[in-house]
Amino acid sequence: MTVTNFQPATQEEHFSPESHVVPVSLYVVIWATLMVCTALTVFAASVDLGIFNIVVALVIATFKGTLVVLFFMHLRYSTKLTMITVIAALFWLFIMFSLSMTDYLTRAWSTYG
Amino acid sequence: MATSDLQIAEHNLQHHFADMEQQQETSTFGMWMFLLTEIMFFGGLFTAYLVYRSSYYTAFVEGSQKMNIWLGATNTAVLICSSLTMALGVRAAQTGKPKLMVVLLLITILFGLGFLGIKAVEYHEHWTNHEFPGPNFHFETGDPAHPPTDPQHTEIYFSLYWAMTGLHALHMVIGVGLVSWIIIMGLRRAYSPSYYSPVEIVGLYWHFVDLVWIYLFPLLYLISKKHG
Repeated sequence: MTVTNFQPATQEEHFSPESHVVPVSLYVVIWATLMVCTALTVFAASVDLGIFNIVVALVIATFKGTLVVLFFMHLRYSTKLTMITVIAALFWLFIMFSLSMTDYLTRAWSTYG
Repeated sequence: MATSDLQIAEHNLQHHFADMEQQQETSTFGMWMFLLTEIMFFGGLFTAYLVYRSSYYTAFVEGSQKMNIWLGATNTAVLICSSLTMALGVRAAQTGKPKLMVVLLLITILFGLGFLGIKAVEYHEHWTNHEFPGPNFHFETGDPAHPPTDPQHTEIYFSLYWAMTGLHALHMVIGVGLVSWIIIMGLRRAYSPSYYSPVEIVGLYWHFVDLVWIYLFPLLYLISKKHG
């Protein structure tokens, strides 16, 4: 963050945002990992794991999503403010899921109450 | 290159920002705030999916058996490839290679259109099989020994399938439009290493749409082991 930097900078500093250039090789490694994980998730779906099919599928999807967000979307190289924004999004999504489900999963209780 | 880079930066630095770095951080942060609202937007549909799936699991499994896993997996791979070319395109803009950026973004658009084409094939198949919710909805498991247990609730599965993939496809169409705009601006040499925020931001949008599909694919296509 350079909010406090109100001093006139030299031209060189002035026009050169310090953005991180990710090496091409890293992008290719991330791409290859994502492709392997896609194959893995299709294979896992061909095995009958009962209730664990969805657990495996979601773990793989979350791993893939994390790679996309950290590297393709540059979150790993972003400011803390951006990281907090992403964490806030996940937190509010969690609230929506959990509060909705505490309602729907407990409705039958009144039948036995 | 150095002179034009400076000119592009001077031309694009808005007066209310101290420098290009602050301006770029602000626009990236703004895009993430927008993506946060997008997460909540799709999140509503994911919540509906969660509620109905937990209530009508068997009906959802029967519906998901109608999905073509191979077309779905191919589309997942197509989107991942498009994300790679998009990331490399942003990198090309960042490192001052406008021609390379235009080429990579054109490939990204081709992948995007390929995704929509495959999706259209799937939609056509579901449409002709009466797997579209409404008065003409009709559901058969395809196995006479196992008639559908709960067609009404399988209709809910298909409602969510069309709504979620439809909203996602709409985002893809918008994404293709945005990338086309970046290509046109790239041909006009509008970006340079000191000013490429629009490329970065459209990249974020494209990767986000990929991210949504990474969850849609297992949740809609891979609910349970594929039978038959």
